Amino acid sequence: MDTLVAALRSLLPADSVITDPVRLRTYECDGLTYHRATPGVVVLPGTAEQVAQVVRLCNEHGVPFVARGSGTGLSGGALPREDGVLIVTSKMRAILEIDLDDRRAVVEPGVTNLAITEAVRDRGYYYAPDPSSQQVCSIGGNVAENSGGAHCLKYGFTVNHVEACEIVTPDGDLVTLDRMDPGYDLLGAFIGSEGTLGIATKITVRLCRAPEAVTTVLAAFESIEQGGQAVSAIIGAGIVPAAIEMMDALAIEAAEAAVACSYPAGAGAVLIVELDGPAAEVERQFAQLREICANAFELRVAADPAERAAIWKGRKSAFAAVGRISPAYIVQDGVVPRTSLPAVLAAIDRLSAEHDIRVANVFHAGDGNLHPLVLFDDAEPGAGERAEVVSGAILDLCIEHGGSITGEHGVGVDKSRYMPKMFSEDDLDTMQLVRCAFDPQGLANPGKVFPTPRLCGEVPGVRKGVHPLVESGKAEQF
Amino acid sequence: MTVREAGPGDAVNGVRPRWVALPETVGEIAAVLRAGAEQDLAVVPTGGGTKLHWGPPPERCDVLLDLCCMNEILEHAAGDLVVRAQAGVTMDALAGMLAAKGQELALDVPFTEGTTVGGTLAASLPGPRSFRYGTARDLLIGITVVLPDGTIACSGGKVVKNVAGYDLGKLFTGSYGTLGVIAEATFRLHPLPADRRWVVAELDRAEVAPVAARLAASQAEPSAVEVDWPDPGGPLTLAALVEGTAAEARAGALRELIGGGSPTTEQPSWWGLIERDEVLVELRFLPKDTAAVLDAVAGTGLALRGSAVSGRVLLEARGALTEDELAAAVARLRERARAHVLAAPYDGLDRWGRVSGLPLMRRVKERFDPGRRMSPGRFVGGI
Repeated sequence: MDTLVAALRSLLPADSVITDPVRLRTYECDGLTYHRATPGVVVLPGTAEQVAQVVRLCNEHGVPFVARGSGTGLSGGALPREDGVLIVTSKMRAILEIDLDDRRAVVEPGVTNLAITEAVRDRGYYYAPDPSSQQVCSIGGNVAENSGGAHCLKYGFTVNHVEACEIVTPDGDLVTLDRMDPGYDLLGAFIGSEGTLGIATKITVRLCRAPEAVTTVLAAFESIEQGGQAVSAIIGAGIVPAAIEMMDALAIEAAEAAVACSYPAGAGAVLIVELDGPAAEVERQFAQLREICANAFELRVAADPAERAAIWKGRKSAFAAVGRISPAYIVQDGVVPRTSLPAVLAAIDRLSAEHDIRVANVFHAGDGNLHPLVLFDDAEPGAGERAEVVSGAILDLCIEHGGSITGEHGVGVDKSRYMPKMFSEDDLDTMQLVRCAFDPQGLANPGKVFPTPRLCGEVPGVRKGVHPLVESGKAEQF
Repeated sequence: MTVREAGPGDAVNGVRPRWVALPETVGEIAAVLRAGAEQDLAVVPTGGGTKLHWGPPPERCDVLLDLCCMNEILEHAAGDLVVRAQAGVTMDALAGMLAAKGQELALDVPFTEGTTVGGTLAASLPGPRSFRYGTARDLLIGITVVLPDGTIACSGGKVVKNVAGYDLGKLFTGSYGTLGVIAEATFRLHPLPADRRWVVAELDRAEVAPVAARLAASQAEPSAVEVDWPDPGGPLTLAALVEGTAAEARAGALRELIGGGSPTTEQPSWWGLIERDEVLVELRFLPKDTAAVLDAVAGTGLALRGSAVSGRVLLEARGALTEDELAAAVARLRERARAHVLAAPYDGLDRWGRVSGLPLMRRVKERFDPGRRMSPGRFVGGI
């Protein structure tokens, strides 16, 4: 490590190589603070070429590296390695090009998600994927995690909005992956690979034309069942809203305590439905929506952007708000087929009662993406463990109903042990073929996504005995 | 499973296989590939065979793996807007079943009568509405594939929002059968639009780029804007589509942007079709280069059809075109656009042009198919 640090210092400006133990601790976790590790060294490169050189140095020294954007990830995807280099992209935050004729922008990975929209909003455009953390999260991180947000239902995910990426491959080459080029869709494979196939250093995103009309509606129901029925009826009517979000009573209580969002009092569930598109289309859909939500005890329609922001405020701040009603919590991120929502929500209720652990539900109802907030008091002996059990059981429920263990937060280090529940060993081995093609040395963000690192030379499917990395204490077997 | 000796009609771009295998289950596909691995047999998968003459001929071909018997629609979860189908289901059969439930897979593919789910994915040719709905890879949410050694692998699933693990579906979409066999696919669906209107207008070549730019930026939100230019000496037809309950009103807005044209509920007869594909060239370009690309096509004698807003068009040779003439035309077009020769009965052409990331692609191919038994030589860089 010392010779590597010396080499990094000769490569980068003095303030871009951090070895001071106190400053290193700033980077010991991402948004999931449960997992912590102090990085061996932190570097803040300013250019793609510098990223490539750092990665090449890591290869020469056989040292693992982890990329990190703003560190808002919620699965420990940017958890550093104590024996490795953490490559932070926060100095690379230039918007390099905006080309409205072609509806695209070229940006560096450290640019925040919202900054892209802010740069083009005046001219009537925006960047569609919008995670709740969009004010701070970096686009490089969005690409790594394929994290999308509330508007995925209609507009798709990060992977649907990225036209090209310049990446530094795990062996240090600068390569452009472009949807216009013929050949394998390596861009599609790269996005969402959680930093295990390389580091994006330049990202070309697609910009969307701002819709002619947007109607944001808040519908309050007495029960979560009624809210769920409304969601099914909306989809059944052939309406694809820009977003359908649902919050249950406990989540509403939290949001109210934190940001005083003034949601209708006494609601068992609120739905936020956003319709957008050509004005004539939105108008007709809104008429249908009104009928569908006839049994809502209050229907609030935003009259202007300020009122729209007020409706969204409670939803967007729900995760952080839960801190007001619980000393500690786990944010879960699982997906179920939309039609399974009632059964799964009922089962979560039972789990909650059985383990005496409160669960607040906030979710992207349109695409079945649950974000249960599992609440506990970390001062109470055993509560954390019980919360873990409930949180894990919710993921099992998702798998049981044919869903996924993550809709947008990624697998990271947090959920790698659940991967074998969702995928067979053959499935995982096949994914490893991609990993080994990109990263034969296994240096790019090792230990993430997959439960046990497999060496590239190993023949998949016929592993015998204890893995060498496990035996040497470098890896943990789940 | 039926295995028969191949006849002359089974040739893949002139290369005649020894056997044709017709598996009926994923397990049978795996059995064929395992046997192929033991005997070092080269395998070319095929669906409806509509594009089997595309690409260069395979270096070798022992087994033609015909997936026509894998023709079951496995699951249609209407409330979830999701369908799972075997690879050999024709796009026509799928569309018919979905339409009866008021839904559709928003991919417009040519040769619908013959083309299959697997072939559509393997060749991944975008249709007119890809402008709004994306291409096959964007609508695919789960896939089951069989690797050259017989391993059966899945990725994705049956929920739209899912980021667990690598997306093998993306990797296999557009891979031309060179990584393994696509056995099953799961797609996200859309409700059938309540109404549709096309606005069709004849334009001069110079008008296309500015009209297309206005349409692409329009808040009337066209789903597709296609051009048909059968004779690059003559006039050009542009048709723009709007879908939804207010389609009629929005068609009026399109008419204003185009500066004329007639609204119709009838899909233009040429919409999204490929008519002659002995020679077929795909151009991809940035929308702002549209005018320059049309100028470059004008001298080639190739007929053009495709999207005026996505920067993707196809060129067909209506008459005879020698290898030298085609090579010269492609070289000229490459000054303006990426030009990919999807089909041509010639050997000496550079079919793909510049391919960034080719070394990485070779490494992927090497990992998935170290024995080079899957459609060898059929894709970029001789992969």
